[in-house]
Parts: sequence; structure tokens; C-alpha cells
Amino acid sequence: MNKISASVFAASVATALSLVASAPATAADASKEKCYGVALKGQNDCAAGPGTTCAGTSKVDHQQNAWKLVPAGTCEAMKTPNGHGSLKQGPAPA
Amino acid sequence: MSLDTQTRFAVALTDPAAPVPKGLASWTGSQPERRFAVYRNNVIAALTGALAARFPASQQIVGEAFFAAMAADFIRAHPPRSPLLLSYGDDFAEFVERFEPAKAIAYLPDVIRLEAARGKAYHAADVASLDAATLAALSPARLADLVFVPHPSLCVLRSPHPVVTIWAMNAGEAALQPIANWAAEDAMVIRPHLIVEVRRLPPGGAAFLQALAQGTCLAAAVDIATEDADAFDLSANLAGALQSGAFIAFR
Repeated sequence: MNKISASVFAASVATALSLVASAPATAADASKEKCYGVALKGQNDCAAGPGTTCAGTSKVDHQQNAWKLVPAGTCEAMKTPNGHGSLKQGPAPA
Repeated sequence: MSLDTQTRFAVALTDPAAPVPKGLASWTGSQPERRFAVYRNNVIAALTGALAARFPASQQIVGEAFFAAMAADFIRAHPPRSPLLLSYGDDFAEFVERFEPAKAIAYLPDVIRLEAARGKAYHAADVASLDAATLAALSPARLADLVFVPHPSLCVLRSPHPVVTIWAMNAGEAALQPIANWAAEDAMVIRPHLIVEVRRLPPGGAAFLQALAQGTCLAAAVDIATEDADAFDLSANLAGALQSGAFIAFR
């Protein structure tokens, strides 16, 4: 306790508690009920997903050219300090 | 199957360059190579699906094709060590950090870390949070030495990027638009009840919560937070932590 005095400290904690007490109840999900046995999507072990059907789907080697695909994501819509994001591979960092 | 056969089978499953294991037969008489290729494909597709389900905002950022290709590389380098897919991808962020084609998207690993923390919080133990009213009953002299017990789902994440804003925009929590104020953001991930919550922490908030979660007493945690950010506001931060249910007990 060297930066702020004990009284200021106690007052801050009291303020915090009054803030908590005055805030509306945060138990926002009281209307939801617990449902057992429902795994988060994809976290069970049997979901195979698209591409897992049958013979002829075995072209697993296309990842080498995937980087040339135009991305469908939102990366390029995001403005960064270095301009917009890009999925084209930039020069290797020096 | 001998151990040797099993090992060769497992290696061939995730390595397309490896030869199909010897001794495979198929009852239809068609080539076992084709059957094995289907198996190989299913393994990658299923695990890619598991990663996409755990990291939906990250997939949104780079697009499905990029994500699938990146996931396939990760799966080959880091096949699952456990049959429980819920923890698969814990080290995905570290992989993406070193993944050359994703280097241009500097914030991507932190978005992945945030989503990984959300998954962990989702599966953390259910514990009731501390009722702030019990603190009000304490004598002021005890406050400085208070040590809090963190909620099992609590995770604090610090990022030099606006990781909470980026996550929210790509998780459907906020409208997608250019981020005018590109600043560092710290996040708290917590599941006090049934829903996993992500909160952006105010200045010093991450240092404060991390210190408290490690068992530092309240007074010392305030010092650490003030050291971290001059603008640290004890009242607001403590109130925020109590409201979000970050603690389950104190001593």
C-alpha cells in the first residue's frame, strides 16, 4: 500500500460495491435452462461434415494452391494501421 | 495389427506422401488405395470441421478456403493426442503465428486465442460466483489483504490488437465496419452462468485481474495495475470484476 492511502482504498472498494449493488441484476440468462447432453457444435466425435461422404473425395493435396484463392473472409474489410488487411502473402519479414 | 503396422497406418493417414500401408485389402476387389484415400480425406475433413466449429470468427476472417487449407496443415503437424475433440486446437494459435501465409494478418493468432479461451470457459466447471454483498460486510481494515479465488472459467487475454472488436465483428456480435480506433485491447473471458461472455477490459484491468487470479492480495494487485496503467480506476475495475462473476470466494 504505497501508492494510495488506506482511506482512499477503502472508499474505492465501497464505491465499487455500491456500483455493483445499484446495477441491474446481471443474471441475464435466468430464462435459459441447463440442457445436458448437448455438445457444442462440432465437439462431438462423430460429426464428419461435408466432403466426408464417399469415394472420389480424396483430393487432399489441393492445399498447396489454396493460398492463391481469393479469400471470402472479412480480413480485407478490416482497416489496420498498415492499411487494409490482405491475404496475399507479403514479403518475408527482414 | 502389430504396433509396426498401426504406426505405419497412422502416419499414412495424415501424410499424403506416405505410401498406403501394406496388407490392405478390400472385399469389393477394387483398389485399396482408393478406399484408403477416402479414409484419409475423412480424417482431415472431420478435424477441419472440429477446428472450424471451435474457431468460427477466425474462419470468418480468412474465409473458408484459406481456413480449411491452414487447418489441414495444422492437422498434419499436430494430429490429436486425445479422443476428446473439445480440447483440439489448444495450440492452433501458436501454429498460425508461425504459419507463413497468415503472417500478414498479425491479429489472427490473438483472435484464435480468444476463441480457444471461450471454448475452455464453455467446458469449465460450473461454480456460483461471489456475491458482492458479502464483501460489504467486511471491516475496511481487512480489504487490503483480501485474496480472491478466480472462477474456473476466467481467462484474461492481452493483445496489441483490437482483438475484442475484431472478434465481435466476426462473431456476429457487432456490425462489420472499418475499425477507426486501432488500439490494443485486453479481454476477459468468463462463463458465470450458461453463456460464455467476452468483456473488453479498461486500462490496467488485465494486469489487475491477472494479479488477483494468481493469488496476489487486493492492495498489491492495485499497485501492479497502477504500474501497468496510470488511468487504472479501482472502483470501476473491481465493480466490473464482481459484476461479471470473476471470483467465487475470498479469504
